Amino acid sequence: MNAPVSERPIGDKVDNKWIGERTVRPDGAEKVTGRAAYAADTTMPGMIWGKVLRSPHPHARIRSIDTSKAEKLPGVKAVITAKDVVDFPIDKSVMLGIQDMRWMCRNVMAREKALFAGHPVAAVAATTEKIAAEACKLIEVDYEVLPWVIDVEEAMKPDAPILHDFMKFEGKPSNIAGKLEHKLGDVEKGFAEADIVIERTFRTKPVHQGYIELHACLVSVSDGKATVWSSSQGQFMVRAMCAHLSGLPQNDIRAIPAEIGGGFGGKTIVYLEPLALILSRKSGRPVKMVMTREEVFRASGPTSGSFSRVKIGAKKDGTIVAAEGTFCLQAGALPGSPIRGAAGCAFAPYNIANVHSVGYDVVSNRSKVAAYRAPGAPLGAYAAECVLDEIAEALKMDPLQLRLKNAARQGTKLAYGPVLPRVGYVETLEAAIGHPHYKTPLPKATNGRLYGRGVASGYWFNAGGESSAQVNINEDGTVVVITGHPDIGGSRASTANIVAELLGIDYRKVSVLIGDTSVIGFSNLTGGSRVTYASAMVVTQSTERVIGTLKERAAKIWEIDPEAVEWENGAARPAGDNAGKFEPLTLAQLAAKANAMGGPIGAGTQLNTTGAEGGFATHLCDVEVDPELGIVRVIRYTSFQDVGRAIHPGYVEGQMQGGASQGIGWALSEEYIYDKNGRLDNPGFLDYRMPVTSDLPMLDSVIIEVPNPKHPQGVRGVGEVPIVPPLAAVANAIHDALGKRFYSLPMSPPKVLEALGDEPPMKAAAD
Amino acid sequence: MAKLHVSTTINGEPQEFLCDAEQSLLDVLRGPLGLTGSKEGCASGDCGACSVTVDGRLVCSCLMLAAEAEGKSIGTIEGLAQGDRLHPLQTKFLEMAALQCGICTPGVLMAAKSLLDRNPDPSEHEVRFWLAGNLCRCTGYDKIVRAVMETAKDMREAVR
Repeated sequence: MNAPVSERPIGDKVDNKWIGERTVRPDGAEKVTGRAAYAADTTMPGMIWGKVLRSPHPHARIRSIDTSKAEKLPGVKAVITAKDVVDFPIDKSVMLGIQDMRWMCRNVMAREKALFAGHPVAAVAATTEKIAAEACKLIEVDYEVLPWVIDVEEAMKPDAPILHDFMKFEGKPSNIAGKLEHKLGDVEKGFAEADIVIERTFRTKPVHQGYIELHACLVSVSDGKATVWSSSQGQFMVRAMCAHLSGLPQNDIRAIPAEIGGGFGGKTIVYLEPLALILSRKSGRPVKMVMTREEVFRASGPTSGSFSRVKIGAKKDGTIVAAEGTFCLQAGALPGSPIRGAAGCAFAPYNIANVHSVGYDVVSNRSKVAAYRAPGAPLGAYAAECVLDEIAEALKMDPLQLRLKNAARQGTKLAYGPVLPRVGYVETLEAAIGHPHYKTPLPKATNGRLYGRGVASGYWFNAGGESSAQVNINEDGTVVVITGHPDIGGSRASTANIVAELLGIDYRKVSVLIGDTSVIGFSNLTGGSRVTYASAMVVTQSTERVIGTLKERAAKIWEIDPEAVEWENGAARPAGDNAGKFEPLTLAQLAAKANAMGGPIGAGTQLNTTGAEGGFATHLCDVEVDPELGIVRVIRYTSFQDVGRAIHPGYVEGQMQGGASQGIGWALSEEYIYDKNGRLDNPGFLDYRMPVTSDLPMLDSVIIEVPNPKHPQGVRGVGEVPIVPPLAAVANAIHDALGKRFYSLPMSPPKVLEALGDEPPMKAAAD
Repeated sequence: MAKLHVSTTINGEPQEFLCDAEQSLLDVLRGPLGLTGSKEGCASGDCGACSVTVDGRLVCSCLMLAAEAEGKSIGTIEGLAQGDRLHPLQTKFLEMAALQCGICTPGVLMAAKSLLDRNPDPSEHEVRFWLAGNLCRCTGYDKIVRAVMETAKDMREAVR
C-alpha cells in the first residue's frame, strides 16, 4: 500500500514553484474514495421526495389541471403547478445572466402551453418516491393537442406550426426568435475577386452534454428561509433563479454547491431547484428531487440541431478573399440558441477581408437548448472547416498550409468585432505540421478497410466576468482559499498551484474550498472557459494583498520600512540597505505572531474580470472505415491548442482530451432521434451512443503556451476550444478515406453505408 | 408487502438490511446503508457508475435486486482504500489526473480493480474493452487507460 497522498513528495522540489506542476488535486482523495458528496448524495431528517409530471405531447394547450385526486393520496404533502411559480409576462424581458426569466419561468413549469414532450406540467412531493410517482398519475391534465414541429428547417417554413403567438419576424408570425449578423468588408466584391468559390449546406442533430450525474437537489425551507443543496455550474445562478421563481429575497436563500458530476454547460440553468423550493415551502418538509436519465434526455437542454450554409472564395494561391455563412440553430421550446458562437467563431481563425455571417435562433417543439461546451462554435466550425477542406483539395494545397497562409494573428480584424492581440493560432498550425502524427503515413488499405486523415481548426471567445475570492492565513502558517466557482474539472488544483507559488510554500499547505452563497461574494458561472482565468485573477490579487500585509508585519518586527522588505520563497527578507541584517521571517512565524502584531491576516477580492482573449486549436484525426459495416473508427488523434499558460498541465490536457472525445461522439454517433409522435426515441445511454473506452484511441494533446498579456499568469481559457474542431476533423478524415463527403452529422454506420451505396469507395478502387 | 430481511457482507463486514422486493442493490446501498460512493447515472446498466463486486464478480448494482445480496459478499468503492491508505489505483488516478468531475470514478476504479485482480498485465486493448461499460464524459478515457496500465506495471514490479 502507498503512503497517503498528503504525505507523498512531488519529486525533490524545494523551490515552491507550483505553476505548471502536476500536483494532486485538493479534493482528489474524497473523489477516489467515494466520499465526495454530489447533488444526490445528501439527505435530511424528515426529507420527502419530489417528482415531476411531464407532458406526453410535443405541443399542447393546457386547458386545465385537476390535482385534487393527487392531493388526497395518503403520503402526498404538496402538489404544485405553474400557478405556484412566479410569472414573468411574456412581453417583457427580464434578463438574469444569459437567461431570460420569461423563458425560465415557462421552462421549469409549462404555463399556457406544453411546448415539448417532457415539459413539466405539475410536481408532487410525497413521503416516498413511489407515492410521488403514483400521485403524478392521478393529476388530470386537459390538453388541446396542437400541431408540432421539431426540425429547424421545418420550423422556419412559412406554413410551420407557430409555437408562440407573440413571436414575429419581419412583421409576420414566425418561429424565428432572433437574428444576429456580423459584417466585415464587402462579400460581393470579395467573391468577385475569387478564382474558386465553394458553397455547401450542412445539417446536424441535437446532441446532449451527456454528464453522468443526474440533475438532483435537496431543498429545505424553514421559517421562510431556504437552503438549497444542488450541483450546478454556479450556486449564485441557482440562488438568483430560485429567488426570481419563488419570490423569496436572495438573502433568504442559501445555495450550497454540491460536487458536480459534469455539466459541460448543461448545468448553467435550473430545472428542479425552484420546484423543490416551492414544494418544500408548501409542505413544510425538506424535499429531494432526482431526475431519471430518461428525464435528463427528454427535458434538460441538449444543444441545437442546425442547418447551415457556408460559402468561401479563394484565389489560386490559396488566399481566402470572402466567406459567407448562414447558421440556423434549433432553440427548442424557448429562445436562446447559441447563434453568437456559430456566427462569431466560424471564420474567426482566418484573416479574411470580406465576411458576412448570420445566425438565426429558431424555436421548435423540443426541450429548451442549454449551453454545451463552446456553445454554437462547433456548428459554425463544422461547416466552415469542411468547406475549407474542399478549397484545399480543389487548389491541391496542403490543408494545414492553406490555413497557415490565411491564419488570424496579432492585428487581424475579426468579423464579430475585435482586433486580435497576440494569439497562438499560427503556433498550433506549425506544431501540427511538424508533428510526427502529420508526417507518419497512413496505414495501407487492408481487408477492405480504408484509412484517411483530416485536419480542422477552431476558435472560442473565452470569458471573464465576475469572480470573488478570499485568502486567509491560518495561525499555523497554512492557508485557506475560498472561491465562488464549482470545481468541475480540477480548478481547485490550479488555485492551489497559484497561491502556493505566490506565497512560496508547499501546495499542500493550501486548502481550496468552494464557498456557498452565504460565505463568498458573487461569482458568475463555471463556464465559457472562464474559471481558471477569472479565479486566478481574484486569487492573485488577494494573495498579493496578503503578502503586502506579511511584509508590513515583518517590517514592524524589524522596525524598518515595509518597502525595504521582500517576499521570497515563503519568507519575508530584509532588502536593500537592510539586506542580511535580520533573519528571514517565514510565513509560519509571521502567522504565529499575527494576532499580536495587528490581527488576523487575510484578503478578499471581487472583480468583474476582463481581458480574456480568444483561444485557438488545430486537430489532426486519422480514421479507419469499414465499408462493409459502415463503421468509422478514430485510430489516431492529436490536438494542438494555445492555452496561454497551463497552470496544471494534467487538467489542461484533460480538457483537450475530453472536448475531443465529445466532438468525436458528435461527429460519429450521437443524435436525438424523434418518433412520429414528436417524442424522443432514444432517451438512454444504450441508444444515445456516447463514445466508450473501446471506441477511442489515446487522445494526444500538445499544449502550446503563448501567454495572454492581460492575465497575471498568462492564462487563456482552455475548456471550450477542444470541442470546436473535431466535427470537421473527423468529416475531413472520412472524406480522405472514402473520397466522399458527408454534409450531415452524425456520420453513423447507416449513413456511411447509404453514402457508399453499391459503388466501391474510390480509394479501394484505386488500390 | 412486508419488507425482506437480507443478511450479507459488505466490504468484509457483516450487514443486515430490510428492503422492498423491487429495490435494487444500488438503492439500498445509497439509501438505508448510506454508501453513496456508488453512483446512479442511468439505472439501466449502461453507465457503470454503480459498479460493485458480488463474490468477486463485477456487477452494475442498479441491475441487481437488493434481495439477491443474501449470503453474498459485496465490495463497494468505500472498501477500496484501507483506512487512509489508498489503493494503488486510487493513488495513480490522482497522480495522473485521471478524473475530472469524479462522478464516474468510483465505478471506473471498481471495474479497473476487478480487471487487475484477473489480469495483472493487461494490454491497452484489454483495458479499453474491460472498461467499455463505464462511461466517462470528461476525460476521453486517455488518462484513465494510462493510469490503469501504469498501476498494473507498478503492482507487477512490487510483487517481483
